Amino acid sequence: MTYSDTTIWWIIAILGVGTFLIRFSFIGLIGSRPMPPWVLRHLRYTSVAILPGLVAPLVAFPAATGGSPDPARLLAAAVTVGIGYWTKGVVRAMLGGAITLFAVQYMLG
Amino acid sequence: MSPSTTKSALWRGVYSSLPFIIVVVPFAMLFGVAATEAGLPIEQVMGFTVLVVAGASQFTALQFMIENAPVLVILASALAVNLRMAMYSAAITPYLGDQPLWKRALLSYVLVDQTYNLAILEFEENPNQTTAQRTAFFVGCSLPLIPLWIGFTWVGAALGGQIPPEYGLDFALPIAFLAMVAPALRTVAHIAAAVTSVVLALALGFIPLNLGLLAAAIIAMMVGAEVERRMA
Repeated sequence: MTYSDTTIWWIIAILGVGTFLIRFSFIGLIGSRPMPPWVLRHLRYTSVAILPGLVAPLVAFPAATGGSPDPARLLAAAVTVGIGYWTKGVVRAMLGGAITLFAVQYMLG
Repeated sequence: MSPSTTKSALWRGVYSSLPFIIVVVPFAMLFGVAATEAGLPIEQVMGFTVLVVAGASQFTALQFMIENAPVLVILASALAVNLRMAMYSAAITPYLGDQPLWKRALLSYVLVDQTYNLAILEFEENPNQTTAQRTAFFVGCSLPLIPLWIGFTWVGAALGGQIPPEYGLDFALPIAFLAMVAPALRTVAHIAAAVTSVVLALALGFIPLNLGLLAAAIIAMMVGAEVERRMA
């Protein structure tokens, strides 16, 4: 890394302010003004539209195995989604996924 | 509205965030370790963690800094990773937009993947809550997570040493996010959006600066909304 101390502080400051402004964008500017129904209809799908896509490459090509698909991680992801979907329990799903990951890793040595 | 129900909403927020300590602690430590090993002094590591408060973008910035990328590339890619938070900001506005500006500013500071997703699950399950109760729940979610994020970044920076990859800690984040999203798959429209998101994120992974994920997310939201409209 060859940046000066000042440059690094500028990077940190701009990322800090920029990230805050991204977070503040809608809730800051729109506030209590009503949004049209079609906008609300799209916003209802924010979570399910981002998180699966964010996680998919990490599940399919985990960095810890050098990017090659890993049966333990694939199975752990499937178990997490299954438990979460059918029981609606976030904690149960996390525990089920973690236990699956460690159990399969242990069995495969 | 009685203060006791606000207080109980705050505590429910705290409790529901507790499982995510398993995610935040190793992720924060990893950033502290990685940033220190990349050569950042501890005050800059902490500057990142306190001012940016967004792990994925901090790792992105760090990676580009290690490669001595141009400053504009660092800024653009790290901020692109955070653009999803604009969608979170929009999604919580119908629930928390009544608060005065300074409170909305403070809520924005603690708007991260975990607080957003826990809160939106809660808001949708309990539609009759007041804005004060919703705010209290949201703050409750952030109370354990944000200080732990900051504290364990410091621990990682102070320890410096490597955390062995065979512990599988890398997978804490995917499991946590999947555990959050699976209970939200309530309708065909939600499932259609999630499947679209996975397929397009994998297909568009070659696009730099994480913009493929953003495109996948926007199209997935449109698919969800369209399925909902047709089923109605």
